[in-house]
Amino acid sequence: MFYRHVGSMKTSYAQELQLFPVAQERWAFLALLVIGGVVLPRMADSYWLGSILLPFLILSLAAIGANVLTGYAGQISLGSGGFMAVGAYAAVNLVIRVPALPFPVTFLLAGVVAGAVCALFGLLSLRIRGLYVVVATLMAQFLIEWICTHVPWLYLNNASGIVGAPPLSLFGIPMTSVAARYEIAFIFTVLLALLARNLVRSPEGRGWLAVRDKETAAVLTGISVPRAKITAFAVCGFFCGVAGALWSFLYLGNVDVEAFTMHRSFQILFMVIIGGLGSIAGSFLGACFIVLLPVAITNLATLLGGTIRPDMVANLELMIFGGLIIGFLILEPRGLASLAMRARERLRRWPFKY
Amino acid sequence: MSPLSFFFEVLIGGLLSGVMYTLVALGFVLIFKASGVFNFAQGAMVLFAALNFVGFTELGLPWWTALMVTLAAMVVLAMAIERAVLRPLLGQDHMIVFMATIGLSIFIEGLAQLIWGTDVRGLNLGLPEDPIFIGDILVSRADLMTAAVAALLVLGLSLFFTLTRIGRALRAVAEDTQAAQVAGVPLGMIWAVVWSAAGVIALVAGLVWGARLGVQFALTLVALKALPVMLLGGFNSIPGAIVAGLLIGASEKLAEVYIGPYVGGGIENWFPYALAVAVLVFRPTGLFGSTGVARV
Repeated sequence: MFYRHVGSMKTSYAQELQLFPVAQERWAFLALLVIGGVVLPRMADSYWLGSILLPFLILSLAAIGANVLTGYAGQISLGSGGFMAVGAYAAVNLVIRVPALPFPVTFLLAGVVAGAVCALFGLLSLRIRGLYVVVATLMAQFLIEWICTHVPWLYLNNASGIVGAPPLSLFGIPMTSVAARYEIAFIFTVLLALLARNLVRSPEGRGWLAVRDKETAAVLTGISVPRAKITAFAVCGFFCGVAGALWSFLYLGNVDVEAFTMHRSFQILFMVIIGGLGSIAGSFLGACFIVLLPVAITNLATLLGGTIRPDMVANLELMIFGGLIIGFLILEPRGLASLAMRARERLRRWPFKY
Repeated sequence: MSPLSFFFEVLIGGLLSGVMYTLVALGFVLIFKASGVFNFAQGAMVLFAALNFVGFTELGLPWWTALMVTLAAMVVLAMAIERAVLRPLLGQDHMIVFMATIGLSIFIEGLAQLIWGTDVRGLNLGLPEDPIFIGDILVSRADLMTAAVAALLVLGLSLFFTLTRIGRALRAVAEDTQAAQVAGVPLGMIWAVVWSAAGVIALVAGLVWGARLGVQFALTLVALKALPVMLLGGFNSIPGAIVAGLLIGASEKLAEVYIGPYVGGGIENWFPYALAVAVLVFRPTGLFGSTGVARV
């Protein structure tokens, strides 16, 4: 009754097109921005800020990219980790070889490089379909990992193969404190998430949905399937690439291919599944869930007396993880996002029963 | 040793390791044929089977009892999967089911290691260790035994498929699920049988691979070796899995020996994939896969 679509009269096309048509959602979004961008960096302690919120934001960004490819365009990707690696290596090479560029530009360029590489692998999806694409993205993952460890030029001829990320600064102001790094990740994530939210409702985004739902039908309605697939791959690569650059520069402090193995790819795919296929907000929910679950399990274990050995906790974690994924797919194939949608429906009728 | 006989030694070594890939790929193909499910958990099942066998023998059971108990465990696992995962997801998009099997593989990995621990265990099957010479080519006898076991397994499977009633029902389900259901084939039972058969294959693969690598978490990664085999052979062809396994094994070893030194080595992780994808670009359903007609 209070939370409603009807009755909010629109007087311009801009209002018709706005991202959050319901007033309460607009306020909620603004409140989230203020809490996340202003309150948290000042209030939260550095453990929560640096070890939980920061990885959560960066992984959300990668999950958005994977969601564009898997949830919107229907091409399951097991190469997200590899694409993140491309972004990380591109960023460190740009920062060290072209120091004149300010780092936000560098990160975006790194995303563009990753997008181009990803689109290159996307070319394969034009010939092969469905599950075969999954295996092709897995090939991308292994190939990228191999190239990142076998081309000395990429890791700047370091003997260890690990490149330290130079500390960031903008206009001469160093940005190395936890709060500053969190702030950078926050700004990147929010802006790119808004970009993604707009992309998926653009003509390009509608093309992805059509290709996902039925390729043959999409062709018949005049959608260029090759174009839709390649753009989906490129956008996925861009988001994953920026996330990879942020991950190495803001979170790890070094560029190491070990951070972007197949396990990372699976982790990101799970975020997409649990959060909700085909939902940008779902990517955040899924990332939040997967980042918090190990913390919750460990805390629960200590709460229960701490009698469980650490390796048992790890195995229990695997079981709970696997069980949750199966459970979600059976009960709620569209993930946490659909739970949120249902709450929204309920809210719309509140306080009435129907 | 002459370059030619060195070539043949590498080739034969590769073919024999290809047999090991085929063993894993067969489990995938069997399930895909009968239920259209791409079972990502096959690698986890290999680990589960091998860990069970080693665990039971360490408890003091004689090897054949351990084998029987493990077989029983695999059948129970298959039935549980059918009941808890496949049945609720019946009729869902095959991508959803695929992702569910990824969840399943994590669950089984956790379960297996929760029961038996995470230590690396040795597995000695009493296979002859010393290689033999054929001409001046060195061949591992353990690998030859493995190949023989694999051949027996394939023979047994094809007899089971052609001669038994359940085998006929299985082929009917693979041909046309709905028509088979109309004809009165109990789908749930068939799936349980297929997953049990895949469990048996996982057990054989687990023993063979476990004897080579030690029984440990890395066994799940052999599933990744089987993926390019399936890609090349087609997801639904048993002869395809055999031929592709041999091809991948041989070309992987040859590439590692003859191309590897020029590019810095370590290419066995991605070379089979690249080979398979290169073939796919020209034949999108693999060497032996059947093509379908796209309809709206």
